[in-house]
Amino acid sequence: MIVELGHFALILALVVALVQSTIPLVGAHRRWSSWMAVAEPAALIQLLLVGFAFAALTWAFVTSDFSLKLVVENSHTLKPMIYKISGVWGNHEGSLLLWVLILALFGAAVTLFGGNLPTTLKARVLSVQAMIGVAFLAFMILTSNPFLRLAMPPMNGQDMNPLLQDPGLAFHPPFLYLGYVGLSMSFSFAVAALLEGRVDAAWGRWVRPWTLAAWIFLTIGIALGSWWAYYELGWGGFWFWDPVENASFMPWLFAAALLHSAIVVEKRESLKSWTILLAILAFGFSLIGTFLVRSGVITSVHAFANDPQRGVFVLLILAVFMGGALTLFAARAGAMEAKGIFSLVSRESALVANNILLSVSAFVVFVGTIWPLVAEMGFGRKLSVGAPFFNAAFTPFMIALALILPIGAILPWKRGNLRRAILPLRGALVLSLALAVLIWSVQTGRSALGPIGALLAAWVILGALTDLWLRAGRGTISDRLSRLTRLPRADWGKALSHAGFGTTIFAVAAINAWAVEDIRVVKPGEPFALGPYQVTLTGVDEIQGPNYTSHMATMTITKDGREIATLHPEKRSYTFARMPTTEAAIDYGVTRDVYLVIGDQQEDGGWAVRSYIKPFANWIWLGSLMMAGGGVLSLTDRRYRIAAGARRPANAVPAE
Amino acid sequence: MKRLLAATALALSLLAPAAHAVQPDEILPDPTLEARARALSQNLRCLVCRNENIDDSNAPLARDLRILLRERLTAGDTDDQAVAYLVDRYGEYVLLKPTTHGANLILWIAGPAMLIAGIGIAVYANSRRYRRVALPPSPEVLSEQEKKRLDELMQQ
Repeated sequence: MIVELGHFALILALVVALVQSTIPLVGAHRRWSSWMAVAEPAALIQLLLVGFAFAALTWAFVTSDFSLKLVVENSHTLKPMIYKISGVWGNHEGSLLLWVLILALFGAAVTLFGGNLPTTLKARVLSVQAMIGVAFLAFMILTSNPFLRLAMPPMNGQDMNPLLQDPGLAFHPPFLYLGYVGLSMSFSFAVAALLEGRVDAAWGRWVRPWTLAAWIFLTIGIALGSWWAYYELGWGGFWFWDPVENASFMPWLFAAALLHSAIVVEKRESLKSWTILLAILAFGFSLIGTFLVRSGVITSVHAFANDPQRGVFVLLILAVFMGGALTLFAARAGAMEAKGIFSLVSRESALVANNILLSVSAFVVFVGTIWPLVAEMGFGRKLSVGAPFFNAAFTPFMIALALILPIGAILPWKRGNLRRAILPLRGALVLSLALAVLIWSVQTGRSALGPIGALLAAWVILGALTDLWLRAGRGTISDRLSRLTRLPRADWGKALSHAGFGTTIFAVAAINAWAVEDIRVVKPGEPFALGPYQVTLTGVDEIQGPNYTSHMATMTITKDGREIATLHPEKRSYTFARMPTTEAAIDYGVTRDVYLVIGDQQEDGGWAVRSYIKPFANWIWLGSLMMAGGGVLSLTDRRYRIAAGARRPANAVPAE
Repeated sequence: MKRLLAATALALSLLAPAAHAVQPDEILPDPTLEARARALSQNLRCLVCRNENIDDSNAPLARDLRILLRERLTAGDTDDQAVAYLVDRYGEYVLLKPTTHGANLILWIAGPAMLIAGIGIAVYANSRRYRRVALPPSPEVLSEQEKKRLDELMQQ
């Protein structure tokens, strides 16, 4: 019964979304306030309806209602409760429902927190938002209904893919969706602004927090996914340039670009049309990512041809929204008069360079991701584009970005002097060069990757510190320190995020340059050396888990005769999903992780063991966390909390 | 038929007990040769896997390819010869880093071309912005033309 009510609520939500996507839009055009007023209650009702549908599906998973097809395919009575709940979105249909729920949540947030938005803009934003809702609700109800019943319910379910039964991955999708859908807010604001025909500083100030929030969620989501890959997949890789990863990385890059160009709109009223275009593209690439992942087109063109229904529907959504928005952009963008002009050497120009590098790098990821498809359909060549291509084609953009970042961050607005900007950075430059040389001489004979990574990282991090120090103004050190504590949170956020970027660069370079690997057959009780450590396999036990059986090894790590850790790497076999997984055991450390994996038993009674030292592994995610944390600091800046976006009519320039 | 084989191999690789990436018994006694094999393996695709190189893959086919590659290297092949041997048998699909032949040139040039285009558009847009909104004369800095004109005037 609850399931039917959920199903009904979902259909009702589609009807409400249809109303919300049309009536307020007409109202805003005709200036009929009663029609515009429809938007707000409609957005709230939508949240209630979709929320109820989601709760109904969750209920079905929690109670293991095996009359529901989706529950049968993705759950099992013996599965731990947390994974019964995460099973709701651990599949195509359920994850779409989560997507729509978050969309409704953001719509309601505009209603509740957008008090000071102009009435017409608010009505238009909510209308565009509802159009996206209509598209995805229809997609779900027509092609991917989560509420389908089975005539003959089986006794038990088929369990979820065991790789997904993991705390890191349970919360990875919700964060990603918060990010994707958050970008739909920037999109709605961009389209609404095009309809309004005006973009001003106030618009920049409204859009930036939404973009920032979306970017923070994407950062956390991507970091969670990569952390999961690191400890779960069994060889300590953290990024594979898989199409599914790229699908989330492209919107992240565009969101990062948008974040920076919105600053120029907010502070200098320049780059308006470019910012609008970026907002459209950022969401567009979220949709492209959705298409790549959901249609199966990337795994195999044939999989797509066999079941094109879903893929074609997403492609249609993509075509309508991108086509519509870009046409509107082409018609209206010319009218977005820039107010602020700037010289070639200025903060604005530096941010333009940032935007070019970020968008072109996203474009490279995009071309690499779809190239196998293009080559097969257009040129009849079946080929692969993998990590080696992306490493070669993408990395130069990040290096360039890291090089210009500290200089751009301290250049003055409008017109600057390159020499005067570099002068305060000479300390940072000398220190980072010295660090690189030091590392180069210590590591003797290894790849240049380590020193170069350290150089870039130190340059970016010290640059961020220099930036803060300069913001503290002139005067005695104590004066400056006290002023430092009173800097706006946005300044701290900027420094923290940039330092996080540097940290991640360093960690990625370090783990690639200095990882130690050892593969061998180990007999219980015979120690072997791994870098400075001694590793001993003491034994392997068979363990029975809730829905799996496991070979659990006990391994001790000692250094200079002192025990450091006892680890239990496992090899699991999931009973119902019939899939083996490896559970690596990791001794986490500040400067290195020791990473142990147990393999098969050999004929002579020994076990295949793979062991690694992964230097500075945690710093990858520490850096990501710093980037996200900087975003949060910036989001709580005073100017967003107080009189956010108070419109200054005197300065606003109508575009018509 | 080929596709059926691939599908079967994929199904087998999923059901087979987790045979790990590089196995201890595959490792060559000669460390330099082994290092070359490892480096090459990272650029070769496990044909039945999803975006995995043969060095990391657990699939039995990846193991066969690893062993085949090591046999070629032991037989005295250069890196290029060993890779060419695999490409002959499995097609360019096996390469994770696509060649620059023919249409693939588009793939490799796309990034740099876009970068140049981006810079071009940015510079053009900036100069247009300047023309639209006349730049107020800067109090401190003179342009080259202004300097030249000033020199001329001073000399007169």
